[in-house]
Amino acid sequence: MRESLAVIWAIGRKDLLLETRNKDVIVAISVFALLVLMIFTFAIDINQVNAKLTGPGILWASIAFAGVTGLNRAFALELEGNTLEALMLAPISRDLIYAGKMLGNFLFITAAQIIVIPIFAVLFNLAVLRWEMLVVSLLTTIGFSAIGTLFAAMTIRVRAREVMLPLLFLPVVTPLIMAAVESTSHVVNDSSWPEIYQWIQLAIAFDIAFIVISAFIFQQILED
Amino acid sequence: MTKRDPLFAIKVEDVVKSYAEVMVLRRIKFSLQPGEVAVILGANGAGKSTLLRILAMLTQPDSGSIDIYGNDIAKNGPQVRALTGSVLHSPMLYTDMSVRENLTLFAELYRLKNIDTLIEKNACKVGIQSRLDHRVRTLSHGFQKRAALARALMHKPQLLLLDEPESGLDSRSVSYLENVVEEYRSSGRTILMTTHIIEHALEIADKAIVITDGYVHLESTTTCLNKSNILSAYSHTLPKTSGDL
Repeated sequence: MRESLAVIWAIGRKDLLLETRNKDVIVAISVFALLVLMIFTFAIDINQVNAKLTGPGILWASIAFAGVTGLNRAFALELEGNTLEALMLAPISRDLIYAGKMLGNFLFITAAQIIVIPIFAVLFNLAVLRWEMLVVSLLTTIGFSAIGTLFAAMTIRVRAREVMLPLLFLPVVTPLIMAAVESTSHVVNDSSWPEIYQWIQLAIAFDIAFIVISAFIFQQILED
Repeated sequence: MTKRDPLFAIKVEDVVKSYAEVMVLRRIKFSLQPGEVAVILGANGAGKSTLLRILAMLTQPDSGSIDIYGNDIAKNGPQVRALTGSVLHSPMLYTDMSVRENLTLFAELYRLKNIDTLIEKNACKVGIQSRLDHRVRTLSHGFQKRAALARALMHKPQLLLLDEPESGLDSRSVSYLENVVEEYRSSGRTILMTTHIIEHALEIADKAIVITDGYVHLESTTTCLNKSNILSAYSHTLPKTSGDL
């Protein structure tokens, strides 16, 4: 178990190291998400009533769309140097490669959210910087990374992968986005934890399902 | 774990591989003893690289069986990969990481101990000590290939698969490669490599396997061969059967 975790961390740490040098993924996700937020703040007359109504949906839609650009880039790096094959040469289970790549994507999307969510709070004047929001954010990001890593691997050799990835990714994560939007609505409306938790449960269920199914399918994709 | 005949380093039986309608390998069959240095020869498109990719477990054959040191590769993937080191066409290194960082990463994936010592030792074997802290992107193709060779040697594999290892290398780099081949031969480990340079193949290898039209057309010790034998095997074309394409 400890050895497996060390392998997962080695792959995730490698992605982080490359990101600190290239600054491709986190910048792409953050800038894209902020641009979407800015467009909506100009397009909609934000006031205290409609901010609570529309804000959570705009936040998670912007993170989901921006996440796709980051996921595309994260696997493109493996394609450039044919390095995914180098990982496949190692005597490790394909699950560990999946988990390592998922860890890297999780860290990138989380880092982007650390930039985006406070700016969202200011633009929409909403009190989202609460621990409940941290739970919502972490669970949603786990699901995004789990399914995003799988679809990014599936589309890595497809010529139009920039188009294919959102077409595959967004419909599948829609239930997770719904759970995130609903629980964030409860957070901004200062609802009680049990009200938030009913949506958190849905996010947990999707995360578990996404991770188990994706890890299994990822093996088949690499073998093919 | 399925253990079969451990007398062979590699035992390939009736391996078939096709891409779409093009049949690249047709019932490939050969074997290597532990300690043999063998070279696969063939014209462009003969299927040499495909065969090496199948042995490295990066490509799945359509049918046939392959044992590596008694392990069926279809059933014992991680065990076979632990026994095998591969240097294929591209160096497969992270170009924005230094050579040391690349070697450290792969040593961790192979769960090796004393990583720093291993890196120094293998870098020395291929003559890249002075470039260990250089980013791969800044290195010449020759140094990148040497770094890839160092990565393949890190876990002391019993079988080394090399796909045209001398291509793009200067004479000094080739001499490092020859030293590695000699070390393998003397320690009873096995090398299977592809090449286009027939003279070098005959000089360096114990056994030559010539692939023509997706079949093993010639399998012989190199002492019995000369360049003209091999070239005539290259040009030999087998009659096509209706099921071939």
